[in-house]
Amino acid sequence: MAVDGTVTVLAAASLTEAFEQLGERLADDYPGLKVVFSFGPSSGLVEQVLAGAPADILATADTRTMDRAVDGGAVSGEPTIFARNRLALIVPAGNPGGVTGLADLAREDLRIAVCAAEVPCGAAAKRLLDTAGVTASPDTLATDVKEAVSLVALGEADASLVYLTDAAAAGENIESIDVAESEQVVNDYPVAVLAGAPNPEGAQLVRDAITGEPGQQILGEAGFLAGR
Amino acid sequence: MTRRPVSPAADARVPVVLLVPALLGLALLLLPMAALVVRAPWGRLPEIVGSPEVLSAVRLSLTTATITTALCVVCGVPLAWLLARTNVPGRPLLRALITVPLVLPPVIGGVALLVAFGRRGLVGEWLYEAFGLSLPFTTAAVVMAQSFVALPFLVVAVEGALRTADRRYEDVAATLGASEWTTFRRVTLPAVAPGVLAGAVLCWARALGEFGATVTFAGSFPGTTRTLPPAAYAAINAGQVEVAIVLSLLMMAVSVTVLVALRDRWVNTR
Amino acid sequence: MSLAARLALTRGDVSLDLSLGVGTGEVVVLLGPNGAGKSTVLSTLAGLLRPDAGRVVLDDVVLVDTSAQVHVPARQRQVGLVVQDYLLFPHLSAVENVAFGLRSRGSPRGPARATAAHWLQRMGLAGLEERRPHELSGGQAQRVALARALAVDPRMLLLDEPLAALDAGTRPAVRADLRRHLRSYRGCTVLVTHDPLEAMVLGDRIVVLEQGRVVQDGPPAELARHPRTGYVARLVGLNLLRGDAHGRIVTLGPQAAVAVAHDASGPVHVAFAPAAVTLSLDQPHGSARNAWSGRVSDVEQHGDLVRITVDGPVPLLADVTPLAVADLALGPGVEVWAAVKATEVSVYPA
Repeated sequence: MAVDGTVTVLAAASLTEAFEQLGERLADDYPGLKVVFSFGPSSGLVEQVLAGAPADILATADTRTMDRAVDGGAVSGEPTIFARNRLALIVPAGNPGGVTGLADLAREDLRIAVCAAEVPCGAAAKRLLDTAGVTASPDTLATDVKEAVSLVALGEADASLVYLTDAAAAGENIESIDVAESEQVVNDYPVAVLAGAPNPEGAQLVRDAITGEPGQQILGEAGFLAGR
Repeated sequence: MTRRPVSPAADARVPVVLLVPALLGLALLLLPMAALVVRAPWGRLPEIVGSPEVLSAVRLSLTTATITTALCVVCGVPLAWLLARTNVPGRPLLRALITVPLVLPPVIGGVALLVAFGRRGLVGEWLYEAFGLSLPFTTAAVVMAQSFVALPFLVVAVEGALRTADRRYEDVAATLGASEWTTFRRVTLPAVAPGVLAGAVLCWARALGEFGATVTFAGSFPGTTRTLPPAAYAAINAGQVEVAIVLSLLMMAVSVTVLVALRDRWVNTR
Repeated sequence: MSLAARLALTRGDVSLDLSLGVGTGEVVVLLGPNGAGKSTVLSTLAGLLRPDAGRVVLDDVVLVDTSAQVHVPARQRQVGLVVQDYLLFPHLSAVENVAFGLRSRGSPRGPARATAAHWLQRMGLAGLEERRPHELSGGQAQRVALARALAVDPRMLLLDEPLAALDAGTRPAVRADLRRHLRSYRGCTVLVTHDPLEAMVLGDRIVVLEQGRVVQDGPPAELARHPRTGYVARLVGLNLLRGDAHGRIVTLGPQAAVAVAHDASGPVHVAFAPAAVTLSLDQPHGSARNAWSGRVSDVEQHGDLVRITVDGPVPLLADVTPLAVADLALGPGVEVWAAVKATEVSVYPA
């Protein structure tokens, strides 16, 4: 079945690298299909969808944000969990702040960047810190996870909590510090076709590609855990 | 019997050709503001305005915008004088460069500030190593970001005023024995005062609304760097649309009050 | 305190080349048509313009010497300047304006204000100290401007068309006042004007400037009696002709000669007032030795009289009564004879 047209995907910032790669694969497999991505903080994307943004697919970094879209009647059918993610404690290459663990995030003398609480990454970070019993003293609340990564990569922040997948994608500018508690905090990533999707057929195709192949393979390589 | 003069303007009928586009433009500007007012959570207004987050954002915004304006006046007036009254080589280029922040996307401006003054920045690295001074994530960084985008407004306004000022007054002052500084202080500056004030008002308004550069360079943290615009953005992201509307209303109210009050009293002198 | 200046300057349409000397306490008036370069001379003397070449010495102090690269800046020259539109600082009161020069030179506020108030009193402006310039009348503003210039005790006073901004009604009184103040000022004064009456009343000496060059230099009386150019002659209201004198006859051209009352020889000016001319339709046979034929080219009201322009071998202006115009039916194109008594004609070397 030949599917063509444009499919617009709103996706959490942490999905940037993986989804762009997926987009390339889809372009190879379906020449008539054009997939357009818009990455950003999940909560912001949900706001856009609720305000009537003409998109086909929404993929968020936690179920809490997706639930708001569902409650707002913007979703068609049921969302599907397609990936899971864990957090990582990252520092700039060379670890100038001498960070060894989560407890260092409470240090006043370090520049700490944490995602804002309403963003999935920030909510997860809070859960992780609560589990570990640490009260962080952040110097800035990043709007989305990519911003937090940039600050660490540039050396402006001494440490941050971001997704494992972002740490992997950030390359040699950052180092990861192992955190035992990170196993306990996992974000579920749901994907859903939107109620007002301009291209429902194309949306179905892309959604299936995300939850099946080649999406799962790409996500796995990026460091995401499987959705089931 | 005295006849009151009839103002010709009062008698003129507005041509439809001009009226229609004018009204369209006005609608584009006023409707969003009106929508904010209509959709505002009037019942919860005192509670929201009184909340610590909102109060801190308001206080921070007013403080930083005012400090920024003062800084811009102190630095911008001499800069405008340099452009308008001296023969420093390369003035056209300088003038063009000074207006770059006007067209640069503020986020790019923030990135540029980071690259220059961040802890690993061109100048910032030296500052950090020599003095332990780190600018990002501080309120000072907010002032710097605001100044970066607002200074051009002041310089342009004052340069214009200096160019149109009558230089002969300064000639007369010279013949009376006044030094360059005295002439500047007692003759030139009073003459361009309306221009300086107009520029300062624009500068203040621009600083108040600054978001992209602030967030990128100074970050966003309540009480230190989260001025009204980043606070509104965070509220939207958190799904707190009502808070975002209230913050926007606050910004509108503050701007309108200041702009109306200042324009009438100070800018239209004589 | 005296001034010796030699200036050459080309700026836009103005090309100046002149020498100017002013004695202690003397008032020299620079008189000339617009564009002659008078204001440019003042700006150069004040130090606001640099001449292309020249030398200016005031009281044995060299202010300008282009050959030695000397140019004393305006603020160090101790020169007082009063310009046509006064340029009183709009945001300062009258007394603050007058005190400006004193305070700029380091005088503290109190004494400066006191001196300024004293000057305003001398100008008859007591009570107006706190007025802003826009609250002053033209005459009052002019006196404040003068007081401001004089308050710093300048070595030289420069005035650029000081009365031009006043209306005709206030001008005579302010002019008389100005004359008094200039008399009592001990430095040298250079005053620029295009108004001959102002020049005559205010000046000890008049220097006539035409197209950047000095064409006549002398006391008012001399100018009035012996103008040397058509411009000056028109200013003082005389007919002026040039010719060659041989004894008591001056040849103006092939068909024109003037009989004069004194012997003269060589190139001369002859001058006579329009009022000394009588017009008739027939050739006159009276005692007047001078009679020329001509044709009326213009008839114009001139005060109580009518000024007739006559073209011919001897072109001239004649002032006659309206009655005469009616009697003779004088109008453009009418052929007339003009007569002047030799005793009414003044002759002097050109």
